[in-house]
Amino acid sequence: MYKIMKKERLNDSTVLMEIEAPYIARKAKAGQFIIYRLDEYGERVPLTIADHDEQRGSITIIFQTIGGSTAALSMLNEGDSILDVAGPLGVATEYGDVKHVAVVGGGVGCAIAYPQAKTLFESGVEVDLIAGFRSKDIVILENEMKAVSTRFHLCTDDGTAGYHGFVTNKLKELIDGGADLDEVIAIGPVPMMKFVCKTTEPYGIKTLVSLNPIMVDGTGMCGGCRVTVDGKIKYACVDGPDFDGHKVDFDELMRRNATYKEQEKAHMCRLTGGVRNA
Amino acid sequence: MPNMQQNKTPVTEQQPQIRARNFAEVCLGYTEQEAVNEAKRCLNCKNHPCVNGCPVSVRIPEFLAKAAEGDFIGAYEIIHSTNSLPAVCGRVCPQENQCEGKCVRGIKGEPVAIGRLERFCADYAMKNPDKLTKAQKPQSNGHKVAVIGAGPSGLTCAGDLAKLGYEVTIFEAFHTAGGVLMYGIPEFRLPKAIVRREIDGLEEMGVKVMTNMVIGRVLSVDEIMADGYEAVFIGSGAGLPRFMGIEGEALVGVYSANEYLTRINLMKAYLDEYATPIKHSKVVAVVGGGNVAMDAARSAMRLGAEKVYIVYRRSLEEMPARREEVHHAMEEGIEFLVLNNPTRIIGDENGNVAGLECIKMELGQPDASGRRSPVPIEGSEFILDADTVIMAIGTSPNPLIRSTTAGIEADRRGCLIVNEQTNQTTKDGVYAGGDAVTGAATVILAMGAGKKAAASIDEYIRGKE
Repeated sequence: MYKIMKKERLNDSTVLMEIEAPYIARKAKAGQFIIYRLDEYGERVPLTIADHDEQRGSITIIFQTIGGSTAALSMLNEGDSILDVAGPLGVATEYGDVKHVAVVGGGVGCAIAYPQAKTLFESGVEVDLIAGFRSKDIVILENEMKAVSTRFHLCTDDGTAGYHGFVTNKLKELIDGGADLDEVIAIGPVPMMKFVCKTTEPYGIKTLVSLNPIMVDGTGMCGGCRVTVDGKIKYACVDGPDFDGHKVDFDELMRRNATYKEQEKAHMCRLTGGVRNA
Repeated sequence: MPNMQQNKTPVTEQQPQIRARNFAEVCLGYTEQEAVNEAKRCLNCKNHPCVNGCPVSVRIPEFLAKAAEGDFIGAYEIIHSTNSLPAVCGRVCPQENQCEGKCVRGIKGEPVAIGRLERFCADYAMKNPDKLTKAQKPQSNGHKVAVIGAGPSGLTCAGDLAKLGYEVTIFEAFHTAGGVLMYGIPEFRLPKAIVRREIDGLEEMGVKVMTNMVIGRVLSVDEIMADGYEAVFIGSGAGLPRFMGIEGEALVGVYSANEYLTRINLMKAYLDEYATPIKHSKVVAVVGGGNVAMDAARSAMRLGAEKVYIVYRRSLEEMPARREEVHHAMEEGIEFLVLNNPTRIIGDENGNVAGLECIKMELGQPDASGRRSPVPIEGSEFILDADTVIMAIGTSPNPLIRSTTAGIEADRRGCLIVNEQTNQTTKDGVYAGGDAVTGAATVILAMGAGKKAAASIDEYIRGKE
């Protein structure tokens, strides 16, 4: 059993949890993930590790309630326990020899963009952190992200806070304005990552994306998380989750991620009596 | 006087039309009377070839003699003295190639149904735990051994070492111990409650199981050894699924057999109260001819598919699956399309599987494996309507442990290299067995390797003193 040491609601649909997992805390690195199973009836759900604290023997996850399993997790409170947590899984992000990086986060993806920016910023890299949200009221981790970036660019789709527009517009402005980026790291919804890659491609800026396909075991055993990268099958759980975004087949990933959409809806309805927030 | 009846005493099975739509066990097992009758067929011949045919050397004639007297507990205790998982072996061992394949009764007529009797005795013991001599937890000898992977080889190795007094910890990557017995072999062939009870038995003997421990990530082999474990056994299996490399394998509705079976067996996607989803398909094509292909096809049928095909590139003759599994699958209405090889998977406009293009094959000259190799018949392509394709064409060992441990060598297929006598890897104090060494094979071969490694580990640790 893995105890929830801290729970914090970051916005209506996003929750932060610090979970007691001393073995994982000792090994976790930015870019890696865990798989949790809530209870005997739960499915195995991958979530990227947002932070870890070896002293406290804990890891932090930040998740959005987008389906039955995350909704059920969000209902647990401090002191409750999760049945299973396995990790750290996947390959840690490998940063090249970089001096200036733009880290782009979209929505709950900012929870993962944050530790990436932190790792880079603390090692002396110049970091432009672009964080995009639909609207002002769902902005998360604003102060934390400010603290680990050379320049922080908050963007909202509706213009209620920060820059009015998509992260891709902001990114393009930076590049056109002369920012000499060695690399871009994009983490967020698949369409966002796809368009960040489309934005950087003409400039030839290496772009790393963190993929979130459907998984079961997370150890390379099921092949359910396979993605096509550079025309070859890769398993996101063991070969990734980070890949060169210019080589990823995002459309295929989106189709595969929708495999269980109908069943998920039915499951949510059973869980919430038909009410769905996300 | 032995019972000279020529054939095996028949065993009751669920009717094919009924069982094809449920996940309950197919074979219902012997009654006490049937078991005694069948056990009496053993001649107790001098050379007991059956024992030589058993990878874990079960003392077969001795247990059959007890069973023939109706002393099923006595029979069970003889089996259990060399076999840590009798209820499992009685169900999934390919007895026809092992003990039963060597039985002299098989020369004229059918061999003694050793598998069914092993199963009966193990089930009897589970149902009558109060009749068993209470298993004494062995006195600890103070030595710690780590086992990586709680599948057949790891469980056997752990059980044998625990019997010798070692303090054994099994590190299991999944949330449940059992390995392929839990995620791979379906409920209708091997009920999970039975696997669970065998593992409980090991825990009662003092074996500690730590789940959710993905070795190579959360701990390395070297860290385990630095933590006071004097030897390590690697039984991490062959978990990496292969695909064919044909067009369309990333379409929605294409599964590896591993994924399909894991969703069903480990995650219980076939039960409504479990959250893990699985596709409820209409027409399923399973590619491959092994036991895993049979398991996937029969599971698809049980999930309600209207049609399930086995697509295999050779003929029935060359099929590696057990005869019994092929027979059961046919009875349940699975259609066998042999001498057909998939060439591409066809998708609809939304990226879902819409069909499987195959080419007809004919058999040519025998290949390296001695089987006649299939050759495509030019221009014979046709399209099979299907909304789901399951690839059951084999697996290879997971590279995670060897890639994170210096000194452990593997061959070009990724199989760990071991000394055949001792099962020691190329690293001192580190042993390995099962599919991680052989590539995908059988439960009982993995158990045999676990047993051999346990003996070697015992010798190694005693040698250090």
